Amino acid sequence: MSNESLVRARGLTKRFGDFVAVDGIDFEIRRGEAFGFLGPNGAGKTSTMKMITTVSPITDGEMTVFGLEPAGDGPSIRSRLGVVPQENNLDEELTVAENLYVYGRYHDIPKPTIRQRIDDLLNFAQLEEKRDSTVESLSGGMKRRLIIARALINEPDLVILDEPTTGLDPQARHVLWDRLYRLKQQGATLIITTHYMDEAEQLCDRLVVMDKGVIADEGSPAELIERHSTRDVVELRFASGTDEAGLDRLDGAVERMEPLADRVLLYTNDANALVDIIHEREIEHVQRLTRRSSLEDVFLHLTGRRLVD
Amino acid sequence: MGLATNAVHVVEANAIGYRRTWRGRVISTFVNPVLFLAGLGVALGSMVDAGSGQTSLPIPYITFAATGLLAATAMQTGYGEGAWPIMAGIKWRKSFDAVLATPVSVGDLVSGYLCWGAIHLAFTLGVYAAIAVLFGAMEAVPALVALVPAVLCGVAFQAASVAFTARLEDETGLTNMMRFGIMPMFLFSGTFFPVSQLPDWMERIAALTPLFHGVELARKLALPGSEPPVVSTIPLWVHAAYLIVMTGVAWLLAIRWLSTRLKS
Repeated sequence: MSNESLVRARGLTKRFGDFVAVDGIDFEIRRGEAFGFLGPNGAGKTSTMKMITTVSPITDGEMTVFGLEPAGDGPSIRSRLGVVPQENNLDEELTVAENLYVYGRYHDIPKPTIRQRIDDLLNFAQLEEKRDSTVESLSGGMKRRLIIARALINEPDLVILDEPTTGLDPQARHVLWDRLYRLKQQGATLIITTHYMDEAEQLCDRLVVMDKGVIADEGSPAELIERHSTRDVVELRFASGTDEAGLDRLDGAVERMEPLADRVLLYTNDANALVDIIHEREIEHVQRLTRRSSLEDVFLHLTGRRLVD
Repeated sequence: MGLATNAVHVVEANAIGYRRTWRGRVISTFVNPVLFLAGLGVALGSMVDAGSGQTSLPIPYITFAATGLLAATAMQTGYGEGAWPIMAGIKWRKSFDAVLATPVSVGDLVSGYLCWGAIHLAFTLGVYAAIAVLFGAMEAVPALVALVPAVLCGVAFQAASVAFTARLEDETGLTNMMRFGIMPMFLFSGTFFPVSQLPDWMERIAALTPLFHGVELARKLALPGSEPPVVSTIPLWVHAAYLIVMTGVAWLLAIRWLSTRLKS
């Protein structure tokens, strides 16, 4: 991984009237990395993406993309970007191949080059059999893969994926992750926004946790977990009416306790020891689950709220 | 150079789209002119021409109506193409977001779309003119000449329609414009009868509408040497200037308002 930075933002701000969507954030994205923006809906992720893709003008602060200014160099910046929007915006009436062809033309790529790339991209997106089908007839997962293929038609230096798997069933998500992972291995630079912590853990080398327009922290998934959580989490569910009553008896045995609406999260570096203590001190509960800490716990610690409700 | 090439790519994309969807438009392109010319031109025309022993028009009614319908069809096609597909691009399918993620700008998008509109209008109106010639409503050469102002009229309406749609939240406004703007113009701007038949105050309003200038320009070119009441005494250049200025202003407003809408 080189240290060349593709996007650099300082105090980046987006306001719509009185509403502050992005509130003075700093970040830097380097060539070859997969960089994530993790946060709930409304955190300011999409607004940030729209500023990077030069669709939305910056209200305040500074940002360069490929060392260029979005305000003055929009077309040059966009010619080197691949954009996968949150909502499917394929041309439903055109065929799969025609969608790629038209997009290649918008990028002013010569026709023979486009034809060659269409073959490669259909292979990459596993859509060869659907080449001449209209988009209307594709499944949700196929449409997403086609949008990713479309974003790659200009061989972009930077691919921006806004919520790439939202709305897909688990199997289709895994197929898509597999494709994105392959893209990463080929050395592509990716920006991924997501509110799925498993997606961020799977795909991102480095990420920022975003909430209410600001960046709460930045690091690799492992670094963030180490900084803001313990190794293990024990989740306890109680019969209604009896909750939390006996939890005082766990004082000193856990690093941190997080009561949620339906359960209590107990943070510890040694789950086995804690489970023994729970039995010894006779903490009555109806269900117990032991797991490793995840980015969900990081988010909870940083913002006091859960990512997906 | 950049702008021209990008706009050409937008034209190309629309042509590819048209290749996929033209079947759905066969009715409006080929069947409507036949119905209008048969119903209004031939059937109503035979009554008008027989009259009550007193002819008000020195030419067959079908000829009068066909020239008016050429411009009126241009208006309806232009308005429609600038309305619903634009709302789809902005809101329903968000396909404009996809286009604007490439080096193509809003200016390229609008210019390419309106250039495609001119090509599409030339084809649709060409079919109409050919059918009118088959009906004996127009001579081939004047019909061909009248195509030019008709296409200009259509592009003027299409540009205005894009600008109008760019500021609308949803399609209610589009339907209302159809009901309260396009339909009254269709009926009262000289398509079916000379506006001199209207009461003075209505005639003055009619003479301000863009369709009136489109109809007059097409009719004056298709029927050279015509005199009142077939056509007005307004010089040709006034009609042409009206439509050209309208096209230019609407074109710029369409770019500006679509930019505001799509790039916020």
